[in-house]
Amino acid sequence: MNDKIRDILDQTAKLPVKAATLSDDADLHEAGLTSFASVQLMLALEDAFDIEFPEQMLNRRTFASIKAIQNAIAELTQTAA
Amino acid sequence: MSVAASATASTSPVSAQEAYLDELFDKGILFDTGVDGLYGRSDVFEDVIQAFDRLITRYGAQDRATPIHFPPGISRPLFEKSGYMKSFPQLAGTVHSFMGGEADHCTLLAELEAGQDWTGQQTATDIVLTPAACYPLYPTVAKRGPLPVDGRLYDLQSYCFRHEPSKDPARMQMFRMREYVRIGSPEQVQAFRETWLERGQAMMGSLGVPLKVDLANDPFFGRAGRMLANNQRDTGLKFELLIPVTSEEKPTACLSFNYHQDHFGSLWNIPTHNGDVAHTACVGFGMERVALALFKHHGTDTAQWPQAVRQVLWG
Repeated sequence: MNDKIRDILDQTAKLPVKAATLSDDADLHEAGLTSFASVQLMLALEDAFDIEFPEQMLNRRTFASIKAIQNAIAELTQTAA
Repeated sequence: MSVAASATASTSPVSAQEAYLDELFDKGILFDTGVDGLYGRSDVFEDVIQAFDRLITRYGAQDRATPIHFPPGISRPLFEKSGYMKSFPQLAGTVHSFMGGEADHCTLLAELEAGQDWTGQQTATDIVLTPAACYPLYPTVAKRGPLPVDGRLYDLQSYCFRHEPSKDPARMQMFRMREYVRIGSPEQVQAFRETWLERGQAMMGSLGVPLKVDLANDPFFGRAGRMLANNQRDTGLKFELLIPVTSEEKPTACLSFNYHQDHFGSLWNIPTHNGDVAHTACVGFGMERVALALFKHHGTDTAQWPQAVRQVLWG
């Protein structure tokens, strides 16, 4: 899942650095994730993992780091299963 | 304070809004056109708008902003590039015209005569109604090349259109927005916004109306919009100065203080003097909303307004 998230970050988040250079804990907003790019990232993650982020997860914290994204997806896929 | 104002506490917001709108029609302050949010204005109403306009200028003059006077329409290609349809498709108003031949004209007249929908043949022109006063500014600034060291400051005012028909007189479909727009380094534009957060409160306080400043978000569309709105709040990008007009619980945003970060600078390619992407911020004044707040709190007869308020507005 981690690699897939990094791929999607590279494709949608328009960060000035490659996702491979970021640690799981690195702050994506500090790394240059803009508000509009985070929407693109959110929609791409929903497509790729066949999930829908509920309204209370549509905020900066959910997409603050690769680890945060991983936790959010895990939570949603567990609930679905 | 008017009768309607003292009754707001016990009536629902919707009926309080309608009651105020009816009062404005009855007193001849506004004129009904048959469309919610599209009203004629009396001389009395315009006198208040003009006096408030001069008051803004008194507070802002020291900054020596460059005024640009745009008509209330913007270029459709530039509107498309602005991304407005991503965020607010529900509010946009596009201008369409008849571009057919004689046969098409006959069809159109027949449809009109029969009371059918005649708008099918209307074709989009190159003009879109301005949704916010600053939209035509950014591409205009971008054409001028890199900013000077001090950045730039503009003074704009335009009639704006937003498709949100409502009985709330403070939610018009066609209304005037004045804006000061600062373009420069992050430090320059944030300092500008801080200054106006203070100035705005001092200015509105001098008009004898209750007010508060609060964190806010724009009405972005859909689920993606929910996220943009949450982000906007989390990062403190938008503040509004609120005045109760028809509801104490849901006061009306009369001024807004917005920091766009590098959104417009990057979209329109506006570089600072050293080649960084410019940041932008603006303070917006809802001209009609301020007038409506004043009529609500001081009554519809401006001659009877508190002397201190009259002094501020008319000297």
